[in-house]
Amino acid sequence: MSLFSFARKARRPRSAQTAKDRLQILLAHERSGGGVEKTDYLPLLQRDIVAAIRKYVAITENDVEIRMERGDQMSSLEINIEMPRGAPR
Amino acid sequence: MTIELKEKPPLGRVIVITSGKGGVGKTTSAAAISAGLAKQGFRTVVIDFDVGLRNLDMTMGCERRVVFDFINVIQGDARLKQAMIRDKRLDNLFILPTSQTRDKNALTKEGVEKVLDDLKQEFDYIVCDSPAGIEHGAQMAMFFADEAVVVTNPEVSSVRDSDRVLGLLSSQTKRAETADAEPVKAQVLLTRHDPARVRSGEMMTVEDVLEILAVPLLGVIPESPAILRASNIGTPVVLDEPSVARRAYEDAVRRLTGTEVEMRIEGEHRPKLFQRLFGRAS
Ligand SMILES: Nc1ncnc2c1ncn2[C@@H]1O[C@H](COP(=O)(O)OP(=O)(O)OP(=O)(O)O)[C@@H](O)[C@H]1O
Ligand SMILES: [Mg+2]
Repeated sequence: MSLFSFARKARRPRSAQTAKDRLQILLAHERSGGGVEKTDYLPLLQRDIVAAIRKYVAITENDVEIRMERGDQMSSLEINIEMPRGAPR
Repeated sequence: MTIELKEKPPLGRVIVITSGKGGVGKTTSAAAISAGLAKQGFRTVVIDFDVGLRNLDMTMGCERRVVFDFINVIQGDARLKQAMIRDKRLDNLFILPTSQTRDKNALTKEGVEKVLDDLKQEFDYIVCDSPAGIEHGAQMAMFFADEAVVVTNPEVSSVRDSDRVLGLLSSQTKRAETADAEPVKAQVLLTRHDPARVRSGEMMTVEDVLEILAVPLLGVIPESPAILRASNIGTPVVLDEPSVARRAYEDAVRRLTGTEVEMRIEGEHRPKLFQRLFGRAS
């Protein structure tokens, strides 16, 4: 290894690698939807969840919160449902 | 629903970041300004109006967490609270991303107004990142603005487009259409400024640009590798390591909130050797 290539490597800004990694994860998700984002199903999912829970407990759309975090191996979907006080358990 | 106690009623100021010309640094500035405002303690939300070309999420580094967007809210498919993403670094900073799949016509004037009115109840500053151009998307981003930051590069087509946008701000906005409303307060943010090139006469000076546009100057942001670094890692430049660009944005934000700050016009300091080895390209 020449000294120059070592120097070059050391100087390479790490931020460029971060940029590439972020893009790869994001684009993998965007492309897999065939142009349409996969997350477009989320409003429908939310509606279905609300409808299912409403069969048992009186909740509104406002009581359901959906959060997502996309990763390179897997993504996590977090669904929080706020139960009204005194709801049957 | 929880009722939160607040010390002060929110300011509810709407600021559009606009330019006409594309690629001049609107999104970079929207991210830096909103993070700068939040850093000062203001409750701040930044909205991406560039429907179909979502980019603010990447600049803010929250692209993996987008679930719902501005258009979902306008069309009633999601609540505003659900679509807003809380910044991981500052808990008084929120991002409202746009849709990657719809087109600009999904932005209706009524829909945008409703969302902005709701946000005004909660936030001090609502920063709107405009798309390039002067079409529907850009018009929607500026229509309800109280203030405008016109991002301009010291370059002929950018200055010309800024002039055009200043014209629209004084004629095609709610404030312009309302009989005795104050006009939109417009200020120029000169970005990608390179003092070395100004000295050599290759680039118009700050004074040249201001003489032509005749509006107040909010700040001068240097051409800087710190901006590329910040966008690579998804951090607004004011939350990244110290740089001249970061300080220039911080000064601009302080002016925006009414503090008088002396205008510093500096280039990014670069190591001499680095400059000689790799030239100006970056
Ligand atoms: N001061 C600066 N120094 C160096 N590079 C910059 C600076 N400001 C912006 N850039 C770079 O210019 C490019 C365009 O910036 P940005 O996306 O913020 O522009 P924009 O006006 O939002 O573009 P569009 O019109 O497409 O929305 C980006 O690569 C950004 O990193
Ligand atoms: Mg942009």
